[in-house]
Amino acid sequence: MPKTAKATEPTRLSVRKTYKLYIGGAFPRSESGRTYVVNGDNVALASRKDARDAVVAARAAQPKWAGATAYNRGQVLYRIAEMIEARRAEFKALGVPGAEVDAAVDRWVWYAGWSDKIAQVAGGANPVAGPFFNISAPEPTGVVAVVAPPTLLGLVSVVAPAVVTGNTVVVLAADPQIAITLAEVLATSDVPGGVVNVLTGRYAETAPWLAAHADVNGLDLTGVEDPDLAVELEKAAAGTLKRVVRPPAGGVDFTADPGLRPMTAFLEIKTVWHPKGY
Amino acid sequence: MFEYAPAPESRSVVDIAPSYGLFIDGSFEQALEGGVFKTVNPASEEVLAEIAAAGQEDVDRAVAAARRAFGPWSALPGSERAKYLFRIARIIQERSRELAVLESLDNGKPIKESRDVDLPLVAAHFFYYAGWADKLAYAGFGPDPRPLGVAGQVIPWNFPLLMLAWKIAPALATGNTVVLKPAETTPLSALFFADVCRQAELPAGVVNIVTGAGDTGAYLVSHPDVNKVAFTGSTEVGREIARAVAGTGKRLTLELGGKAANIVFDDAPIDQAVEGIVNGIFFNQGHVCCAGSRLLVQESIAEELLASLKRRMATLRVGDPLDKNTDIGAINSAAQLARITELSEIGAGEGAERWSPACELPDRGFWFAPTIFTGVTQAHRIAREEIFGPVLSVLTFRTPAEAIEKANNTPYGLSAGIWSEKGSRILSIADKLRAGVVWANTFNKFDPTSPFGGYKESGYGREGGRHGLEAYLA
Repeated sequence: MPKTAKATEPTRLSVRKTYKLYIGGAFPRSESGRTYVVNGDNVALASRKDARDAVVAARAAQPKWAGATAYNRGQVLYRIAEMIEARRAEFKALGVPGAEVDAAVDRWVWYAGWSDKIAQVAGGANPVAGPFFNISAPEPTGVVAVVAPPTLLGLVSVVAPAVVTGNTVVVLAADPQIAITLAEVLATSDVPGGVVNVLTGRYAETAPWLAAHADVNGLDLTGVEDPDLAVELEKAAAGTLKRVVRPPAGGVDFTADPGLRPMTAFLEIKTVWHPKGY
Repeated sequence: MFEYAPAPESRSVVDIAPSYGLFIDGSFEQALEGGVFKTVNPASEEVLAEIAAAGQEDVDRAVAAARRAFGPWSALPGSERAKYLFRIARIIQERSRELAVLESLDNGKPIKESRDVDLPLVAAHFFYYAGWADKLAYAGFGPDPRPLGVAGQVIPWNFPLLMLAWKIAPALATGNTVVLKPAETTPLSALFFADVCRQAELPAGVVNIVTGAGDTGAYLVSHPDVNKVAFTGSTEVGREIARAVAGTGKRLTLELGGKAANIVFDDAPIDQAVEGIVNGIFFNQGHVCCAGSRLLVQESIAEELLASLKRRMATLRVGDPLDKNTDIGAINSAAQLARITELSEIGAGEGAERWSPACELPDRGFWFAPTIFTGVTQAHRIAREEIFGPVLSVLTFRTPAEAIEKANNTPYGLSAGIWSEKGSRILSIADKLRAGVVWANTFNKFDPTSPFGGYKESGYGREGGRHGLEAYLA
């Protein structure tokens, strides 16, 4: 984006933001020391090691995040919406249309409300033919690697459904400036460190490591535009039988009602049986 | 101990033809390339029938028939599809004795299990999903759920007819059509089911059965005109199928292997727990993906529990599957017997202590005495690999945290068991186990209304219940 501030205030040199990665609640540079240029800024070019570090951070954060009450997770997600609202100008300066910022805020609010309802909608009591108490409840799959679409609304639409249900995520972000600005929102929104980790760089370089990583349980390929890469990643994911969300043919209309599938794609259903009697 | 008199179930209720073709578009047909294989009774090694081996062109024909049938079948009002499924359920109930005997002959499982467990559940699954056919808009998958198209389904040999019911009933209820491949060693009940479909006057092509080995299954799952793949079987084959399906946009559900922990706490009712342990690992000769094959027993009661378990195991009757007193029937095939034997020898070789009750095995057929290994550690192969036979590995633990850690220390996550009188402990442990089904103070219970399926490398998707519909709806 053109730096309009520079043009209008020639008397003062603006302080530029350094775009780094977001891993475990901190903003490190890539361990590889590499950067690449996006809109005139040098942004971190994530390496295989960064991807693995992000998985370690996501795994470490997962049990506590899943173990938090649904009420608490809902509050945290709502707080994210508040913070994006407050940073509206910054997202607009990055070229995100105002209507899209609105939609992104509304999407977090929508998912915030799901946190304490999804278990009732996706689970339930099973009327088995016998003297048993039998109940099915959804549980998070674990650590999900997300290849995100380039827009703010697209990014929010793939991250929110994974985390609202108790998963933690490693996100490969296509537009690094939007993604890292969102990471700054998350870092100041009571989201525990490690719940969302953001890597910027080249999908084709880092995604295969995540797809094959034995400690990643799910893979969302929504943002993969190269069909050959998508097939390669899906095949790599088969090695550990990861749950995979495939890149949709013809893209996704992120303005439409997402339905339940983005959440159920990374949920397991646990069914518990117990005898009933004296 | 007194001897039981033999109590054989009559074979006369089943009429097995000398040869069977493929069931394509409503009629039985020979395989185009003329390939055949034999299916044997694992209890006697007697050849039961010659079965057509479907080649690629046969699979093409079956998929084409399913595709032609899909339009009219999916266009039927749900209430009409429901009536076909109700018919099928009723015919299965009426023919249940015949089908139970057939299943025991072809599979080797005890008649009391095929008669009292498998067949009632098969009929119940068709009844359950029949009722969903005209209520799909209420299932929670959107207001206008649509079928996917042609479902290619591959099922294993451990519960041939039950796995068929788990696959076909939800597929038909949701308006999909089916090409199903039963296992090579147990094709007969699927072919009898084809006859049930004819009796029910199910439209031709809605259900097609292609028999054959792994190649036939591979053709089916990779067929370009199949929209949905459902597989139950080993994790190894599941991985291959996931790779084959990658990039095709086909929907996929997998029910794969398991290495379930059956956790017994010091306050468990010992006699009930012993019954549950026996049921958990010796039911269906241990040919159960959710079998409780790792017993985790709290150290303070290990000695007492093992003494009770051995006493109980000594009363298990191994032998003729058609004898109503038989607890443990035949191992399904020579190949499976070889695998069980090999892994058991590895268990002994790695230092675990092996024990079986004195038990006389028949001269012919494939048999394996119920076996337990004590002194097993997590590093032993018998604690890590699925044996799929009547072999139990016993490990001990001291604290609940250690039990959870050991239980979850496997790439599998299908099922688990908890035995304790303390409710709060059961609920807390159940929360922490990474498994799709947790049986507390019971084991190996199934019901059509109850979803079943695994975490981690035990596969994805659920079968049964409302959740089982999701895999067949767009």
